[in-house]
Order: sequence, then structure tokens, then C-alpha cells
Amino acid sequence: MSTEAQTFKGVGTPATRMYGLMAIVALGWVLLGGLIFTPEDAVQGDAVRIMYVHVPTAWIAYLAFIVTGVASACWMIGRKHSLGFDRVAGASAEVGVVFMAMTLLSGSLWGRITWGTFWVWDPRLTTTAFMFVTYIGYLAVRGLGGTAQQRARRSSVIALLAVLEIPLVHFSVVMWRSLHQRATVLSPDGDIKMDGLMLFTLLFGVFGFSVLFAWLVSHRQRIMAMQDARQTSALDVAVAERLKEAQA
Amino acid sequence: MNHAGFIIAVYGITFGVIVGLAIYTIRQGRNLSRTVADKDKPWT
Repeated sequence: MSTEAQTFKGVGTPATRMYGLMAIVALGWVLLGGLIFTPEDAVQGDAVRIMYVHVPTAWIAYLAFIVTGVASACWMIGRKHSLGFDRVAGASAEVGVVFMAMTLLSGSLWGRITWGTFWVWDPRLTTTAFMFVTYIGYLAVRGLGGTAQQRARRSSVIALLAVLEIPLVHFSVVMWRSLHQRATVLSPDGDIKMDGLMLFTLLFGVFGFSVLFAWLVSHRQRIMAMQDARQTSALDVAVAERLKEAQA
Repeated sequence: MNHAGFIIAVYGITFGVIVGLAIYTIRQGRNLSRTVADKDKPWT
């Protein structure tokens, strides 16, 4: 009788391991560079160090919700209605909600230093909070019962409506009078007024968080695939048992 | 460092959540992998 240990294949692949390693290196630099090596800001002083995590987490939240919208559109348009798109949409929204929460928290603490308050009903903050709640609702709808295709149909409609909030949030500082500063790096005139090391740390942070996002979405959509497979096999077993009972 | 408490709190929350989410994801993936056949894992 064989005594070989049972082996199983997990959710990691060589590609995701590479993403993970790249993310660790980049985020390690953000931690060291953001806290120690980068200079103080002339106006904000040390408070500017919050920027190195606040801006990338906000970027990832935007990216995640855009990916959710695009994947949902692909599910809807595709003839096969592939559940792979739906899982990417769901995984991306999960990650986006976590990063949006971190953005709101870091922004709130940054606001306490620079504005003297944790929260104001400012256009940027309010629209961001609204978007956060919308995607929590999206995840709640995904958790409702039904088959995977029913879940995909319901959630894709919500995702395509919710993604419209992203330009509203991004341009809220331009459209309305806002305490929140306007875009520094993505300013329309292309003139970035920032020290070189600060800009490098910020952009490297954006890169590191983006790679982390790819790692998280890859893993989470595979977890969803396994959950769907388990649900399908459990359903098959239940149907077979009912048939057996009916025949008996 | 001025406002060190706020700055360290931001970094602590952000990196703590990231590490926690990564560990949770890896554990959840490993546990589910044991219960699902390899044919249902097209990435392998």
C-alpha cells in the first residue's frame, strides 16, 4: 500500500510568485523610502509621507473598479458568458473595497494633520465614501443566492453603473470647490512640482501596489473558481440523491 | 519626525491590512485546494 503523502495544487503559479516577489521589493522600498529616505515637504513637513501610501491605494481602488467594470462588460458582451470574467470582476471589487477603505483611513488621518479634522463633507471625500458604499453593495449582491450565472448577471449590471462614479470622484475637485488638493502628478499641464526622490518613491509605490493588485486578483479569482466548482459538485450530488430517492 | 503617531498609524494600518489580506488569501486558497479536484483548477 502506498504511503505517499497526498499532494494538491494550490492557487499559486510561477507568474504569481514573481508578482509577489516584485510587490514585496517595491513595497519594502515604499516603507523605507516613505518613512526615512525621502525629504520633508516645504509646506506640509513630514505629513507628506502619508502621500506615498495614500495615493497608490487610491489608484489601486480606481484601477480595481475599472477592472470590475471592464470584466463585467466582457461577461455581458461575450457570447459564452464566461464565468472567468465574472470572477475577475468580483475578485477585483473585493480588492478595490479593501484599498478604498485604506484610502479613506489614511486620508482621514492626513486630513487631521493638514485640515485639523478627520472628516469634512467635501466633494472628494463625499463622492469617495459614496463609491465605497456602492461597491460594498456590489459585493453584497454577489453574495446573494442563486447560480453562478445568475450572480454574474445581477452583479455585472451593478458594476457597469457603479463604474460611472470613478470620473465623478476623480473630477470632483475640479467641478466643485474642494478642500482636497487637485492632481499633482496627473495635472493637465504636465508640470510636476516634486523632488526627484519623492516622485520616484511615489511612482515606485504605484508600481508596487499595482503588482500587488495583480497578485491578489489572480489568487482571489482562483479561489472563487474553486468555490464555484465545489458549489456545482455539491449541487450535482444533491440532484443525484433526489433522483435516487425518486427511483426507489 | 512631526506627527509621527499619525504617520506610523497610516503605514501600520496599510501594511498590516496588506499582509493580513495576503495571508488570508493564501490560507483560503490552500484550504480550498485540498477539497477541489485538480481538473477544476485550470491554472495548474
